[in-house]
Amino acid sequence: MREKLIYGLGAIAAVLLARNLYSIFMQLPDEASQGMIYRIIFFHVPAAITAMLCASVTCITSIVYLVTKNLKYDAISVAVTEVGLAFLAANLVTGSIWGRIIWGIWWTWDARLTSALVCWLLYAGYLMLRRAIEEPTARARISAVFNIFAFVDVPIVIFSIKWWRTQHPQPVFWGGGTIDPAMRLTALLNLAALMLLAVVLSLIRLRQEEVQREIDSLRRYAHAV
Amino acid sequence: MEFFRQTWVIAAKDLRAELRTKEAVNASLAFALVILVLFSFAFDPLEEQTREMSGGLLWIVFAFAGTLVLNRSFAREVPNDCLDALIAAPISGAALFMGKALANFVLVISVELVSLPVFGIFYNVHWTTQIWSLLLVLALGTWGLTVIGTIFSALTVNIRLRELMAPLLVYPMLIPVLMSAMQLTMQLIAGKSLGGENQVWLRLMVAFDVIFTALSLVLLETVLVG
Repeated sequence: MREKLIYGLGAIAAVLLARNLYSIFMQLPDEASQGMIYRIIFFHVPAAITAMLCASVTCITSIVYLVTKNLKYDAISVAVTEVGLAFLAANLVTGSIWGRIIWGIWWTWDARLTSALVCWLLYAGYLMLRRAIEEPTARARISAVFNIFAFVDVPIVIFSIKWWRTQHPQPVFWGGGTIDPAMRLTALLNLAALMLLAVVLSLIRLRQEEVQREIDSLRRYAHAV
Repeated sequence: MEFFRQTWVIAAKDLRAELRTKEAVNASLAFALVILVLFSFAFDPLEEQTREMSGGLLWIVFAFAGTLVLNRSFAREVPNDCLDALIAAPISGAALFMGKALANFVLVISVELVSLPVFGIFYNVHWTTQIWSLLLVLALGTWGLTVIGTIFSALTVNIRLRELMAPLLVYPMLIPVLMSAMQLTMQLIAGKSLGGENQVWLRLMVAFDVIFTALSLVLLETVLVG
């Protein structure tokens, strides 16, 4: 059942991505002030939203784990965190490339960029913390607590462009900016495509985690015998 | 009322244990002085530049020296099974956390209050002009540092590679409060006030302290007991 779901969602994501790529490179015109580099926004912004959503999901599953003590939620937390980390990395890299063209520099220490990087470091720390703890329930418990702590950085990332005067542009899709309807549609569809991709990757990663757990328990059983 | 009494007992116990050996405080203070000296080799700044980087320099010293005290907070309860005794004792996790955090706060801020004049002398910075505002920033920043340091000391107490993992997890978590403290300290030493543009940093710092204190109070028992 889950296998079919993975293939089904993956196929939809692939079709959507193909449609979007065609639209982004073949149909939409260059932007008036930025030229052709503006196209990176169709990946930059959806990747950021997907990553923040992943962080929210893992925060919730971590809380649910602490309440229910069901290791299934720990497996979901780690699967979604890893996928979210990849999307955040995509967001940081695309942003950096855009900055190189528009600002002339790869990186600047403004509030948005810094907080996003800190967010990445925190969730990378989460994955490293997991590797340092052997015992499964202790690992699940301690990493769930850490995940909840790390989530505090997420609102700072989101609201940093409101709280400080940053070099990072203000939002164009949601929150006051104006944009051509065709561009908005493509951005929305690409957001949908990347989110579907995140779901598919999380499901695959989740299965790995479950198989890993099964192997561990078999190994323990073998040792016991 | 019971909560405050328990908190006080834990805090007094920790302070007494530290004052008898003075292990952590001495090491932390010596380390702070060493970093202050090291920085003077790294940069050879003019007076104007020193003022501009004073906030960053001071708080890096505080963060590094502070974690020396904080990392040991729960780890030193492990020998002789003191940690098990603390967990088994009829006090709540919140009181245990609060007591430990208060004791750590006293230790860290005393190290800071000694290194601050030393910094003023070595780098020829007049830090006394807005002393009350500076002390407020110092207290808020140190509380944030202490809360994170204490809860992460509990979080990492039983894991492999504790000495390596703790700083790796603590410093990124501290960045919002450290950044605010650095900015405000720099502005205060440059003669500006806490109002206006700087208010957003002050708010961030207060929010950071409140959120992480609340989270730690709720989660400490989960961390230690499960």
